[in-house]
Amino acid sequence: MGTELLQLAIYGVVSGSILTLGAIGVSLIFGILRFAHFAHGDLMTLGAYFAFSMVVGLGFPVWASAPFAVAGAALAAMTIDQTVYRHLRRASPIILLISSFGIAIALRSVVQLIWGPHNQVYQSGIQLPWRIGDIVIKPDHVWIVLGAVVLVILLHLFLTRTKMGKAMRAMSDNMDLALVSGIPSERVILVTWAVGGGMAAVAGIFLGMDTRLHPVMGWSLLLPVFAAAILGGIGRPYGAIAGGMVIGLAMEMSTMVINPTYKPAVAFALMVLMLVVRPQGLFKGNP
Amino acid sequence: MTLLSIEGVTGGYGGADILHGVDLRVEPGEMVVIIGPNGAGKSTLMKAAFGLVKIREGAVLFERRDITPLRPDQIVRQGISYVPQEQNVFPSMTVEENLEMGAFIRNDDIRPQMDRIYNFFPRLAERRNQVAGSMSGGERQMLAMGRALMLDPKLLLLDEPTAGLSPIFIDQTFDRIRKINEAGIGILMVEQNAKQALAVCDRGYVLTMGRNRIDDTGPNLLANKDVAEMFLGG
Repeated sequence: MGTELLQLAIYGVVSGSILTLGAIGVSLIFGILRFAHFAHGDLMTLGAYFAFSMVVGLGFPVWASAPFAVAGAALAAMTIDQTVYRHLRRASPIILLISSFGIAIALRSVVQLIWGPHNQVYQSGIQLPWRIGDIVIKPDHVWIVLGAVVLVILLHLFLTRTKMGKAMRAMSDNMDLALVSGIPSERVILVTWAVGGGMAAVAGIFLGMDTRLHPVMGWSLLLPVFAAAILGGIGRPYGAIAGGMVIGLAMEMSTMVINPTYKPAVAFALMVLMLVVRPQGLFKGNP
Repeated sequence: MTLLSIEGVTGGYGGADILHGVDLRVEPGEMVVIIGPNGAGKSTLMKAAFGLVKIREGAVLFERRDITPLRPDQIVRQGISYVPQEQNVFPSMTVEENLEMGAFIRNDDIRPQMDRIYNFFPRLAERRNQVAGSMSGGERQMLAMGRALMLDPKLLLLDEPTAGLSPIFIDQTFDRIRKINEAGIGILMVEQNAKQALAVCDRGYVLTMGRNRIDDTGPNLLANKDVAEMFLGG
């Protein structure tokens, strides 16, 4: 019982790390652009497949292909913004949400067109896990958690130490005041997409390392990602970290009592519960 | 050279016009106040000077340059800073970060200007690492003015700077505004506390229903019988 709990906690932290990286992007984008970005899961997928191309095509190790995938997904996110969302800046959030839904489907189709509809993996063969007593830890799990921790620290430094990071927080805090202060909103928005897209790519790669690559891998993670962002208080990137961990742990722990197929339902239930009990999230969100 | 000149401005926020051919000017280093009943278009007139109003007719000139078509983020670079009435700080950011954001468009060393503002508002220096959202209304107003002063503007626009403040903070705020003005910065403000505002300003404009009603020097307006009846409580 104790071992099982600990084992599930480890899985929970691993999926929590992946969710966190996705939820940070969702939260940042919501804070600054004021809409729920439904294509975020598919941005994760795109990033995962960019890395896949480097691994399979050029024989890169996964870690070395990550920077290229991050750059690729960041560029894709900025391009989508400039070609689609930019024209909808003054549209109502629901219009933006629906268009991001469209982008999500388009991205997924492109991925399927290029890389095919089948399951794929970065590395075939069996990775020997480490055993500590009865606990099993895969080396990949360690890399995923460490990678997420490093990225969260980097994001924190960016948001608190750099002028651009502070401008992102300022815009999320008070858009009108940011404008009258002369903060160049379009530039800040581009950086937001770059950061959100880059983080999504890493989340996608980690998801691919943890499971496998498939065109709907990111889409099926979208619900838990949103649950994490909402739980943490949407618009609050720091809340997304806590939200990601809570959802990740809750989803894995729930498998002790219910069928693992219902994991997303657990995330959904938590999200609904949070919206009813404390709509502003664990940390005061910015709805 | 006239600092700000609003000439026959007609416009609003896209719906019906709120301003109907209003004129106003601010000379360099002058303190000008706009008073009038609710809904007279006072704030709208001030926002017109900052590119926040759709101007259908007329023009806004700053140092004789036509700034009518410019956006707020372009106008701020010309030397005008604007302090909105409400929500005029970044609540989740510290005092220091708020000031930094005020100087976002500056690429030089902002430290000296920040020190000047801390000297000018010692309260802000004490609270430099405090989050703005946790400060009192009076402190926030000081921070909002401090943020706007980070660019060392030639003209400062203040929208009801004393609204909602306790009497002691109202006095302090007027005192600070006077000091800012004495440093040579032109001030255009909208004020509900008409008596106090007219007492410190150089000139005032009385606006009713989006039109110029009276404009005169502060002391003359204070002595004016109509103005007294309308706004100064008899």
